[in-house]
Amino acid sequence: MPLLQATGVTKQFGGLRALSNVDLTVEEGEIVGVIGPNGAGKTTFFNCLTGMETRTSGEILFRGAPLPTRPDRVTVAGVARTFQNIRLFHNMTVLENVLVGTHPRSRAGVLSAIGRGPRYKREERKAESTSRELLSFVKLDGLRGELAKSLSYGDQRRLEIARALATDPGLLLLDEPTAGMNASETAGAIALVKAIRARGIGIVLIEHDMRFVFGLCDRVAVLVHGEKMVEGSPAQVQSDERVISAYLGRPAE
Amino acid sequence: MIPMLQRALRIQHTWNLPLRTCQAMAAAAFVLEVVGTNLAWATYTGFPGLMSLSFYPAGARSYVLALSVALALVAVRFTRRRQAGIWASLASFALTLQTLIAISRDGGGLVNVSAGAWITLLGTILGIIAFVALPDDGAPLPSSWPRLPRVLDGLAVVAGIGAAMLLLVYGLSVDPANQFVGLVIALIGGLAALNRLGLFAWLGALYARQQGLSLALIGLAAISFPFTQNGESYWLRVGANVGVLAAAAIGLNVVVGLAGLLDLGYIAFFGVGAYVAALYGNAGLGPSRGHIPFLLIVPLGALVSGLIGVIIGAPTLRLRGDYLAIVTLGFGEIFRIVVNTYDGFTGGPNGLANIPDLAFGSFNFGLPHKVFGITLQGFANYYWAELVLIAIVVFVFSRLDRSRIGRAWVAIREDELAAAAMGINTVAYKLLAFGIGASVAGGSGTIQAHVATQVSPDSFVFMQSVLLLAAVVLGGMGTVPGALVGAAILYAVPEKLRAFSDYRLLIFGVLLILVMRFRPEGMIASKRRQREFHDTEASGSDALSAPPGFAGAVP
Ligand SMILES: Nc1ncnc2c1ncn2[C@@H]1O[C@H](COP(=O)(O)OP(=O)(O)OP(=O)(O)O)[C@@H](O)[C@H]1O
Ligand SMILES: [Mg+2]
Repeated sequence: MPLLQATGVTKQFGGLRALSNVDLTVEEGEIVGVIGPNGAGKTTFFNCLTGMETRTSGEILFRGAPLPTRPDRVTVAGVARTFQNIRLFHNMTVLENVLVGTHPRSRAGVLSAIGRGPRYKREERKAESTSRELLSFVKLDGLRGELAKSLSYGDQRRLEIARALATDPGLLLLDEPTAGMNASETAGAIALVKAIRARGIGIVLIEHDMRFVFGLCDRVAVLVHGEKMVEGSPAQVQSDERVISAYLGRPAE
Repeated sequence: MIPMLQRALRIQHTWNLPLRTCQAMAAAAFVLEVVGTNLAWATYTGFPGLMSLSFYPAGARSYVLALSVALALVAVRFTRRRQAGIWASLASFALTLQTLIAISRDGGGLVNVSAGAWITLLGTILGIIAFVALPDDGAPLPSSWPRLPRVLDGLAVVAGIGAAMLLLVYGLSVDPANQFVGLVIALIGGLAALNRLGLFAWLGALYARQQGLSLALIGLAAISFPFTQNGESYWLRVGANVGVLAAAAIGLNVVVGLAGLLDLGYIAFFGVGAYVAALYGNAGLGPSRGHIPFLLIVPLGALVSGLIGVIIGAPTLRLRGDYLAIVTLGFGEIFRIVVNTYDGFTGGPNGLANIPDLAFGSFNFGLPHKVFGITLQGFANYYWAELVLIAIVVFVFSRLDRSRIGRAWVAIREDELAAAAMGINTVAYKLLAFGIGASVAGGSGTIQAHVATQVSPDSFVFMQSVLLLAAVVLGGMGTVPGALVGAAILYAVPEKLRAFSDYRLLIFGVLLILVMRFRPEGMIASKRRQREFHDTEASGSDALSAPPGFAGAVP
């Protein structure tokens, strides 16, 4: 059974068909790249998967079951994401940001938060140790107490990934994880994505950095004008005539 | 005016006179102020503070004298804290000028102002010049406050809280409005100067180290307040009125400060609680003539208010944006109109009067009682009942604040969509915050009905919601002490300024603007808010970055 199976995903914005009949399958432990020119509908596809936009039609199965259509339930079900324009909790500390990520994997309610019994304390301790572990996983352990907004751009992207990982996802959607990064940070991002896969998490990533995509992904899908033009291994996609003329032929972003 | 002040207080100036010159000017200012305050200020008797007597610096003159000592100290010992000096000298100037104007107005002209006032005014002007011109090498200041050994640490906490208590009792006893305004000016200047000297940062750290002791002492001070009133009821009545509003303010703080929801009809929830108590409490003014015991009425009022909150919030909170503000605004009006209309049930515009005092067995809340030989008026009992309520609310607030739930609220405030992407059911959590806020208001309202002995729709109008919101913003969003201080200032100070009651809203407006400009995180800020507003400023400068009071001391 594939990890994610999206079929016929369509999104209509008034007169604009941002997505038409897009299919995408992600197998367990796979890294899938989604590329395409600006405005092709890549982010919209993520939004439809995660319930941030209501899709016009299409079916999305996660581990064989229909994926909920509300953002928080999608995350609870096991699909986490990052945002193209970073959306951290700016005035919370780095550690607090990741702690918020543990929310769906803990269940203390009002009464147990007020009573603070042993169960509550155990849960809090576990959330904190998970968060600390994830921060050292993304190499931010030195910045735990800093406010998220005071971090550098690259660090913010990594914090967003740690926060998404804290929700304990089976599938992680990364929207342009290297945007705004310099060469060495990008190299670090490659290692990070591989390490995430090593944890048994499937990954879909949107990228404009071709070397990053073709070097990392098992499979690449090309979106143009809301339609999936080609899908295949990096080698197949790179040599496809249509892709070269529609996309790669243009000057790089 | 504001940019001028700002320049004087924050931006590097260009005068840079030699240190010695400035110190000489400050010394001259000090001498002039000491001499001036020891001479008569008024030609006629009758002005508060015995202004016509020489060598008797009471009232406003004593405040100037105290400020002049602070000023001299800065000039001699802490020359690199020029902003402390600027604050002290500005305050003594404003204070002298205000008193001078009041004397001439009360006496019928400037001829009634004696030499002492003019000499002092001259001194204060010289003082301002001295500190504005003081060279500022801009280097970060080493903390000049020592870290005390443990025993002294505790004593310092005791002394600090004791001093605050004495100041409060003294402030309440200062009678004529003129002199009280003078005291407020002196306090603002003096406290700002002490803040610039780093005192509050030091005290804040102290309280944080001695959290248990501080909390116990603050509690003790609050409990013992009625004993300072010499059997009089005036300030106890005010205290009882402030207490319920302070509890409500903490509830509003969950809604506004933590979850970031704007509730413009909050006072209506308070009103719901008050009507529940009036209709079904010991007053039994409802059609059923029911008598539900008070200890059940408080949770009942909280429950009814909370339910109404959930009913209003459930459809509204699904929407993004500020719809809640508009809906709550509407709810506040609807509440008032409904209460006005159904007069068979609610008493209509006349409200419900003659709500009896609470009584447990033979103990009647409304009667004076003798404790340790000191007569306490009835309001003391309500005041203490409210302290219990506040203690419960504070406990719940601080536990929730620092939990998975508090984090979810703050995350929603920061970025709702990202919070949803973290698996937070944003609608449910917003509803929870809104419902808790409404319940706290309802619970406080039940006590209010007995304190006021009557309920009427006029007490629960939009303006009251705005004032409560102002209390939270002024005191500091997201903190317990902030909400308490804000409520105390907004509701107790006007009692002192009845002479200016026509300008009450104007004064609040100006105060709010000033706080928003100079201290946007509120008077007692949460650590998070403080960093939110000031983290990007140069951390070396001491401008506005020293934490005040005992922020963060409450768990
Ligand atoms: N909420 C919306 N309402 C209307 N149109 C939208 C909305 N969101 C996206 N669009 C449109 O849908 C199209 C696809 O946008 P999308 O953001 O998915 O592109 P993208 O492939 O992510 O581009 P980029 O590489 O620039 O991030 C664009 O034409 C965009 O203007
Ligand atoms: Mg995009």
